[in-house]
Amino acid sequence: MADTLHFPPHKRALPDLSRRGFLVSLCAVGAVFGFPKPGAAAMDPAAPDGLPVAAVGATYEPAIWYWIDTKGIVNVNIIRAEMGQHVGTAIARILADELGANWDDVRITHVDTDPKWGLMVTGGSWSVWQSWPVYRQAGAAGRVALAETAALLWGVDASEVSVANGLVTAAGNSASFGELVAAGITRSFTEDELKALPLKSADELTLVGKEVTALDIANKTTGATIYGIDAQAEGMVHAVPLLPPTRYGSVITAIDDSAAKSVKGYQQTLKLEDPSETVQGWAMVIADSHWAAVKAAKAVKVSWTPGPAATVDEAQIQDYGRKLIADESTGALLDTGDSNVDPVFAKAADVFEAEYTTASVLHFQLEPLNALAFRNAAGVWEVHTGNQWQSLALPWLQTALGVGDGEVVMRSYMLGGGFGRRLNGDYAVPVALASKMLDGKPVKMVMSREADVAFDSLRAPSVQHLKMAFDADKAVIAMDSAVTAGWPTKVMVPGFMPKGTNGEPYDPFAADGLDHWYDVGAQRARAISNDLAESTFRPGWLRSVSPGWINFAVESFMDEAARHIGADPLQFRLDHFRATGRNAGEAPNATGGATRQANVLRRVAELSGYGKGGLPDDTAVGIATTYGQSRSMPTWVGGAAQVHVDRASGRVEVQKIWLVVDCGTVVDPNGAKAQCEGAALWGLSMALFEGTEIAAGLPRERNLDSYTPLRMIDTPEVVVEFVESTEVPTGLGEPGTTVVAPAIANAIFEAVGVRMRHLPITPAEVLAALAG
Amino acid sequence: MIEFSINGRAVSVDVDPDTPLLWVIRDEVGLTGTKFGCGIGMCGACTVHVGGRATRSCITPVSDVAGAEITTIEGLDPAGEHPLQQAWRELKVPQCGYCQSGQIMQAAAFLKDIPNPTDADIDAVMTGNLCRCMTYNRIREAVREAAAAMRGEKTNG
Repeated sequence: MADTLHFPPHKRALPDLSRRGFLVSLCAVGAVFGFPKPGAAAMDPAAPDGLPVAAVGATYEPAIWYWIDTKGIVNVNIIRAEMGQHVGTAIARILADELGANWDDVRITHVDTDPKWGLMVTGGSWSVWQSWPVYRQAGAAGRVALAETAALLWGVDASEVSVANGLVTAAGNSASFGELVAAGITRSFTEDELKALPLKSADELTLVGKEVTALDIANKTTGATIYGIDAQAEGMVHAVPLLPPTRYGSVITAIDDSAAKSVKGYQQTLKLEDPSETVQGWAMVIADSHWAAVKAAKAVKVSWTPGPAATVDEAQIQDYGRKLIADESTGALLDTGDSNVDPVFAKAADVFEAEYTTASVLHFQLEPLNALAFRNAAGVWEVHTGNQWQSLALPWLQTALGVGDGEVVMRSYMLGGGFGRRLNGDYAVPVALASKMLDGKPVKMVMSREADVAFDSLRAPSVQHLKMAFDADKAVIAMDSAVTAGWPTKVMVPGFMPKGTNGEPYDPFAADGLDHWYDVGAQRARAISNDLAESTFRPGWLRSVSPGWINFAVESFMDEAARHIGADPLQFRLDHFRATGRNAGEAPNATGGATRQANVLRRVAELSGYGKGGLPDDTAVGIATTYGQSRSMPTWVGGAAQVHVDRASGRVEVQKIWLVVDCGTVVDPNGAKAQCEGAALWGLSMALFEGTEIAAGLPRERNLDSYTPLRMIDTPEVVVEFVESTEVPTGLGEPGTTVVAPAIANAIFEAVGVRMRHLPITPAEVLAALAG
Repeated sequence: MIEFSINGRAVSVDVDPDTPLLWVIRDEVGLTGTKFGCGIGMCGACTVHVGGRATRSCITPVSDVAGAEITTIEGLDPAGEHPLQQAWRELKVPQCGYCQSGQIMQAAAFLKDIPNPTDADIDAVMTGNLCRCMTYNRIREAVREAAAAMRGEKTNG
């Protein structure tokens, strides 16, 4: 056994076995001595060690978003989190296309927090939409600078110089980017100059809309990708939290760790005091290894005085929501033009109304919450973790640590799933607090799945009430709608809330979807915050946010309303997509307005064979349509689902899903398709397979033995078709989710004639509906 | 001391015998390609091969693998060119990627047992591995492609 390697104490003595482990430990040595400056620690998802490319020789930096070195490498800085959307590849491609770079020369760097990047957030399906103008300008700046430099060298006019595929050419001369950078480029651009730069026309683009290598994928097939859970620092200790019985207000009254002292590797249990009040009543078990901390945590006894939410359950939250809706004085009114519905309803010949509800939904991102925190040699606190909204978490960390601006830096790791959970960086706070109590020693926390779920910022349950008025000719003359749920934006970033027409602030991520593009005459749309939910748990943004649940109501309701007056549900919708007034749509983001939504709906109906019949018994196609995430950035989606309902078991089998998507210009065709496939299946999973309930203040289901997201065996074929377009590219990460639940509910009605108004749709409830 | 081999190298670890193999691989041996997801053997992110069999390392005490041969994603193919890995890249299967080590290890053991699987076979075996990004349709296709490649067949894909 001379060749046998022993662990410990030579934990890191395996360079030939694990080049990655070796490189990570080198990286960790860098961490322990402190990075030269915040911003120097960042990540390239294509490099086997995650380390960003180092420039060779001088660099030219036309804008903060990239540099070009003397080898012609184009390194693009990405401020967005990589969590499966290949976002760096999409954004770098926009820049590289405008620049005229060769894709093989392009590298990406997911940067650490630095004020110079501005707002760092990855959510709302905003990344490509927001980056599109900025990175195009930056690319154009480089192209102009390269052309001008070459023109000067060669004595030609800059207009004669061409920049394409990494080469600069004119009148028989040719130079690489690297050669021109080596020759020296000093051109700089003011903000105004950047905005005035000429951009390529759609037909001149060579990378946008084409297949290129996604830079993060290869490492994800070999285990080399470095996620937050893989972060290491020399000398780190391991932490496992002991969570209080309620999210808020629990107070630790005693900690007894006598039984833990016999656990090998156990060090101590810390009682956290959090000035930021992000974590209340937390204890952290510290040990030499993760497993020792897990074992010790089982032996430590903590006593709490529970917070008031210990007696709150989901039914109470929902009943309270119903009371809020019934009180017409509550909530914010969305700007829907004419919201004076009362006189119209008073004279209506007929009124149709329905209530829809959705249960709590967990993020269950597969990588449990984790973080590594320590104070480096420069005295700066480093927080190593995967995160979607660094600009939100940094102030919490500063408050928790009692330090000021510039004293905390977050290093960006790959995310083992975000789906909105990591928009809320609350999980980093207890780790920083523990490190502070240990004088800045590196502390690495990995939460158990059960703790991760108990601490989830879940999608709050919702109640929605929709009402429509018809005249004597069955024409729609008004619509009144009210929705309520716990509001994530209110509890985490109230400054982001716009005001309704009645002056009340509202959470757009708990209201979007209600201000639809149907012309329904007078329209009142009320968004109401459920403060009982908000005092029980911390509501979160979850993939597709409110359009994920509000459209379940709106699009089920449109189906029901059509049937109520004996109209065809497809034609009824198309008849009310009138691109006039506020539904005409404004350039550049919503050019075409309701016309584009009608188009995707018509196309998906055709593609799916909706209404054509010819399917087996108890089998049918249902349809739905949405405008994606918001009126300000509409992604037009038509969705259809074919279901079979088993009358004996109540089981709903989804056999096929179709999506027709108009997101303007498709920047990354394969990535776009992948996002839509995943989004559609999230929609299916939340419609039929997920859902939990708040019980005694916390989510009842905590792990996969009782929480059951979609698996391969229930996964249908997903057909995705994009509308050809050269309009502004809008978001894609979420919109595909929004149509699926209503399409399924509508298909169930088509198949067996029962209307399911609650998510998730369980076999038991289908059976009850069939019996009832 | 518990001895076993991992990716062809003999190792010896001094840990509590009830320590799950997963944490030994990640924290003691330092191979982090194998992931922690649920801790109860139901997501499959922690799948490795023990004696060639797909095994959930998060619920396998290290004492159970004494003397066994372990293979992790890092050891599946030294160059990362296993036909499954090639198919995964070709079809751009990974999104966040966190479950994919486990998916690939599960599929590799499966294709040794059933070199010519039907879609129903693929579903039955791979349904034990959760993909939260829901890349299931691409996983199914990639397993099919890799199986064909391993049998020396050309496919249309």
